[in-house]
Amino acid sequence: MNAVSRVSRLSRSLARSFATQAEQLRQTPLHDFHVQNAAKMVPFAGWSMPLSYGDVGQVASHNHTRTAASLFDVSHMLQSHFRGPGATAFLEKLTPSCLSSLKPYTSTLSVLLNEDGGIIDDMIITKHAEDAYYVVTNAGRRDRDMAWFTERLKDEEIAGKVDWEVLDGWGLLALQGPQAASFLQSLTSFDLRQLTFGKTAYIPIEGFNLHVARGGYTGEDGFEISIPHNQTLAFTELVYKNPPVQLCGLGARDSLRIEAGMCLYGHDIDETTSVAEAGLSWVIGKSRKENINCIGAHRILKDIKNGPPRRRVGMIVEGAPAREGAKIFTPESNDQLGVVTSGIPSPTLGKNVAMGYVRNGSHKKGTELEVDIRGKRRKAVVTGMPFVESRYFRG
Amino acid sequence: MQSIVRQMSRYGPSALRVPKHTNLIARPLARTLVTKRYTVEHESVSFDDATGLGVITITDHAQEALGDVVFVELPTIGTEVKQGEQIGAVESVKAASDIYAPVSGTIEEINETLSSEPGLLNKSPEDKGWLCKIKLSDPSEVEKLLDADAYRASYEN
Repeated sequence: MNAVSRVSRLSRSLARSFATQAEQLRQTPLHDFHVQNAAKMVPFAGWSMPLSYGDVGQVASHNHTRTAASLFDVSHMLQSHFRGPGATAFLEKLTPSCLSSLKPYTSTLSVLLNEDGGIIDDMIITKHAEDAYYVVTNAGRRDRDMAWFTERLKDEEIAGKVDWEVLDGWGLLALQGPQAASFLQSLTSFDLRQLTFGKTAYIPIEGFNLHVARGGYTGEDGFEISIPHNQTLAFTELVYKNPPVQLCGLGARDSLRIEAGMCLYGHDIDETTSVAEAGLSWVIGKSRKENINCIGAHRILKDIKNGPPRRRVGMIVEGAPAREGAKIFTPESNDQLGVVTSGIPSPTLGKNVAMGYVRNGSHKKGTELEVDIRGKRRKAVVTGMPFVESRYFRG
Repeated sequence: MQSIVRQMSRYGPSALRVPKHTNLIARPLARTLVTKRYTVEHESVSFDDATGLGVITITDHAQEALGDVVFVELPTIGTEVKQGEQIGAVESVKAASDIYAPVSGTIEEINETLSSEPGLLNKSPEDKGWLCKIKLSDPSEVEKLLDADAYRASYEN
């Protein structure tokens, strides 16, 4: 059995699902709340996080998010403020995004690049002003990102011009689903129709004044709400018991984001992946494409000139679901084109969806492939992502 | 093949003091009994000493933990398998899990219904959702597997 494959003995799958939090795992401000609500707590990226709650299965939670509204604790993610006269220059050096043209109180997906143009992390950058940004990075990359920020803040042209504040201990909640907006609207006088996808505002909610960003990681309309440590529990208790909101764990979060075609760092992207390979060239600022000068820019320019050697694609797989590690081949040949990085039987579509990397040229929609699953070749077809149509609120 | 029934008759009534929860189903007329045993890998085998066949399933505990099963891969009829060898796989949204043969023998029958109705594994894991039947080559392997209590203890601890 392939050791890197996610396929495992039943006992290992079960052990993973039933793992209880070990010592030294970090806890979000809602840890005790999760336990009181019958969460199955599992270790994730160094944190003790809810996988699911009570008897509600992953598919039920998944479907609830697609049809109603779910509340996710994502406080494990690292929230930072970068402020000061050098803030825009600093983030434009670390990422290929065009932040000077980003309007205040809007967000963009971006990537931190290493010297080789590989992705250190993917992140959401929200601009508050030319000299103030709010940034959310991945929990699993906390140490790497923090070391990288610390190092780069010492660079000569930046030093002393940027103040970095980590919002350690703060809460971050994602409220996601087609009924998320109508529910949140019932708690605030702020007209949420003004807050279209990608916008952010400080919103008064039942006496709290919270940083609310419209967007998320499910493909549904929704909000990510940043909350000071001492208000996180009170706010959550206000929200979670109200219909239609249900608590949702990491299990459904993963199947939702795969259907939405979104990357999970460490699986679908890592430090060897270039922006173009990951299919994320759209994060590169249009005005920067010609003379981009961020860290790792040479790789971006090389990929623009020659095309990336491999590309992330979506696939629909016949028969068995393809999981991470499954090899992708040209049909009826031993010519390996790449490897699957994420895959599930899609609860929404009832088909097996997967994403992975294939050699450049085999990436076009409709291309027929084969995936090796437990020694059997299964037919696969390159399919556009998202697999499930996004339903963002664009006004 | 050492029949458990024959052992019992030799020792008279006292042999009926079998361990609790071993799930012995005596069928006096056929003079056979079915012994159900479990593995720490969450498979079960119900061995019928009259036919020499063992019915293989995943356990109720396993299906509950896996959640909605969407795909079941079964072995080919006629395949000879050794105890511990992979004979199939069960896929849920949550995970893919290999299924290992709890006993050695030859695959005699597979549950074809599972290809169109994988959800049977959730509805009736240890009965209608059986995976395959193995003609045992060494029935003594059954006795060395876990009884219901030992199995329960294996995942509760």
